[in-house]
Amino acid sequence: MKSFACWPAMHKEESKVMKNNLFALVKKESLHILRDKRTMLIVILIPVVLIVLFGFAISTEVNNVNVAVVAPDRTNGVNDAVNRIAHNDYFTFCGYINQDQIDQQLRSGKVSAVIVFAPDFDRRLEQIYAGLPSTPIIQLIVDASDVNSAGAATAYMQEILLGTASQQAMFETRMLFNPQMKSAYNFVPGIMGLIFILVCAMMTSVSIVREKEVGTMEVLLVSPMRPTKVFFAKMIPYFVISCVVLIIILLLSYYLLHVPMSGGVWGIFSMSLLYVLLSLSLGLLVSIVVKTQVAALLLSGMVMMLPMLLLSGMLFPIENFPKFFEVLSNVVPARWYIEGIRKMMIQGSPFVAVWKEFAILLGMTVIFFGVSLIKFNDKLE
Amino acid sequence: MNVIEVNNLSKSYGKVKALDSISFSVKRSELFGLIGPDGAGKTTLFRLLTTLINPDEGSAAVDGLDIIKDYRKIRSRVGYMPGRFSLYPDLTVEENLTFFAAIFGVKVKDSYDLVAPIYKQIEPFRKRQAHNLSGGMKQKLALSCALIHHPSVLFLDEPTTGIDAVSRSELWDMLKNLKEKGITILVSTPYMDEAFLCDRIALCNEGRILGIDTPQGIIKQFDSRLFEIRADNMFALLEAARQAEGVVECYPFGQAHHLVADDNFNMHSFKEQLGTLSNLTITPTEPTIEDVFINLMKQ
Amino acid sequence: MSETVISVRNLTKRFGDFTAVNNISFDVYQGEIFGFLGANGAGKTTAMRMLCGLSYPTSGSGTVAGFNVMREGEMIKRHIGYMSQRFSLYNTLTVGENIKLFAGIYGLSKQVTAKRSDELLARLKFSSERNTLVKALPLGWKQKLAFAIAGIHRPEIIFLDEPTGGVDPVTRRQFWEMIYEAAEGGTTIFVTTHYMDEAEYCSRVSIMVDGEVRALDTPTRLKQQFNAGSMDEVFRMLARDAQRGE
Repeated sequence: MKSFACWPAMHKEESKVMKNNLFALVKKESLHILRDKRTMLIVILIPVVLIVLFGFAISTEVNNVNVAVVAPDRTNGVNDAVNRIAHNDYFTFCGYINQDQIDQQLRSGKVSAVIVFAPDFDRRLEQIYAGLPSTPIIQLIVDASDVNSAGAATAYMQEILLGTASQQAMFETRMLFNPQMKSAYNFVPGIMGLIFILVCAMMTSVSIVREKEVGTMEVLLVSPMRPTKVFFAKMIPYFVISCVVLIIILLLSYYLLHVPMSGGVWGIFSMSLLYVLLSLSLGLLVSIVVKTQVAALLLSGMVMMLPMLLLSGMLFPIENFPKFFEVLSNVVPARWYIEGIRKMMIQGSPFVAVWKEFAILLGMTVIFFGVSLIKFNDKLE
Repeated sequence: MNVIEVNNLSKSYGKVKALDSISFSVKRSELFGLIGPDGAGKTTLFRLLTTLINPDEGSAAVDGLDIIKDYRKIRSRVGYMPGRFSLYPDLTVEENLTFFAAIFGVKVKDSYDLVAPIYKQIEPFRKRQAHNLSGGMKQKLALSCALIHHPSVLFLDEPTTGIDAVSRSELWDMLKNLKEKGITILVSTPYMDEAFLCDRIALCNEGRILGIDTPQGIIKQFDSRLFEIRADNMFALLEAARQAEGVVECYPFGQAHHLVADDNFNMHSFKEQLGTLSNLTITPTEPTIEDVFINLMKQ
Repeated sequence: MSETVISVRNLTKRFGDFTAVNNISFDVYQGEIFGFLGANGAGKTTAMRMLCGLSYPTSGSGTVAGFNVMREGEMIKRHIGYMSQRFSLYNTLTVGENIKLFAGIYGLSKQVTAKRSDELLARLKFSSERNTLVKALPLGWKQKLAFAIAGIHRPEIIFLDEPTGGVDPVTRRQFWEMIYEAAEGGTTIFVTTHYMDEAEYCSRVSIMVDGEVRALDTPTRLKQQFNAGSMDEVFRMLARDAQRGE
């Protein structure tokens, strides 16, 4: 039995303690996470579901496109063209409308496309066949919010309307409601930005604050364990999970959605890892500032995710923002991440092209970690 | 040297003065009890001594180490069991113990002989997750985890509150054993009857210490005459007794009321004054810790 | 012999194949202070919930305040008072607002509420605290107020679930004096407690172990029967053989 004479000797071994207890902490954190099967399921499932949804739910097929026609002169040529559309299985001819009804019909969703025939259609068509220059004689106004099918529908309509003789020059096409023609897979960077904030900022902060709330933090503090180690140990499993999720997302994007990753996978990986670190530091900052799990959830949710969703350019293009919000969006870390990833993933820019975004994210990470360290206090109050 | 030394310690939370200039000391291998209700300042005192918070005024030392200057050293060598169950509910008994051993850099098997008498009782449940244990089992586990690193001082904040009577007495038996192995124990409890299980006690209320002594010494502080009185109608008895001559105080005390009397009091004339009550009995009785507490509170 | 206000026979509650309460039978008489003791997990809380109309028994029969426990849970709730340690009053409301709230829940009219409210506050000497937030009251005052509110609609029976946890000895006794007074006035008090010394205040005490009632008598007779010096000893002797609570 140990007597207390050996007390000083035991404590000289303190340095040996340090290695072992970080591992013990990380092991404990991993057990917590793995046993919380519900949350695990959600965290892994959300990106998969979102990507599959965007990938498969948005089909590129043309089907049941409702079409209306504006034709001031119903000449033979016009009637022929319209008949061809009407008899085509993929289009549904909804009737003739007036010029001033176009906007309302498209906005209300009654039709997905409006074909406008120029006045004096037949004569002008002949002119074109004769080889004389002409302005477009058919205007196609298409609802492009369903981006992929809009493109296909437009192409198909052009074919049908004038048969083999149709040429691009005969048509003027206007894509409404999605002028930048963003493809579905444009959402992938947004999904990535969202998921990492969710896992790293929200879940890490909740996990740390839970210890404070339940009271286990008290017991941990009254031990040789430095509190910074506790935080570190909490971040490691979430970092690992984020890497796993990152790999899943990249694989799905490449093979399922055919997102071109021409900028190089390593660049995307590096920037994503930096973003993960940034989110972890945010989670740390939140956990230092709040006392209850509910507050941690609210702070991460409202203060972080909401601006992220609205201001980062994920859903709405930043160029369209009023000046005030455009300036504000500079402060949202996700904005820079999404821009960088987009450039590499979709536009195919090399890593060097996103140095600005990388530097900004790095600076933000340093600031958040710095503030956390300053505000941190290893007493209970 | 005293293992725990507290000098004029004060702590306020906003307008509430949780501790008001508290002073006391605890000797090596002593089992020292802080006895008092909620709001007495017991938890605040524990948090100060385990260096979780800083005092507003005053000083304290644990094992010769100052709670402000040497707090990291104190944290490495004391054992602490906070007020509510503070282990990990989703880890098993075994996992909790191994975890805390690792935190303190010891192996479970090295400390086994110290922890064994306690751990043996929960060993059959070692693979059960902690949230599925009964209250008594949880406290035994928490105690094992607090001891796993051979602390020289043990701080236990209300370890017996809310658990069943059998587990409560088992826990106190364990504490006695630990004391005999040389560990100094500071324990708090709201149960006055547990005072006699300690070597010395401090009666606490509203941030102040009402008295410090051995339990027997505290009892001796009660210097008035004390009687047990009973009647068929206890409520009427209470009201009537308070009006009688020579009665300082009368309060309910279970199957009988306790009557505190001054020097003018006379048992016979009391019985006559309350003649209308049927089956009235009055007998002198020895004061308990609770009587002393009530007495001290009123001062 | 006083009137019976609670009467249960063979009351049983099962959850799947776990029998929480096993065939308990007893009576409680008007004006009694009835102590209901038992370790955690012994079935005490489950039994109390059945008596309060909060859960329906699996089998057996009984009446509380004249209403059938098997079918008339809602009526029981309206004719009893209830106070527990875990929840008694709303901390973010004032004393006056709490009184009005509970009076309303018990269905008292505005006039009756106002009158009883004044009476209650005068009796407790709280009249000056009518507009104080409950959060700011000391624990002991909260307990007394909660008990008074539990009786505001003059119920036949008041159920108290561990009412005096953590309170100082003086306040605890003042609380028990209120209970004595209520019992004196004809209200039956059904109380569960962890403090064995409080068991001594009761007219009769029942002790539950492993879902069954293993003892039921006055504290004096129980101590004689078990040759014990205190209710604490009686309890420990009975609880020692308990299977549950693991």
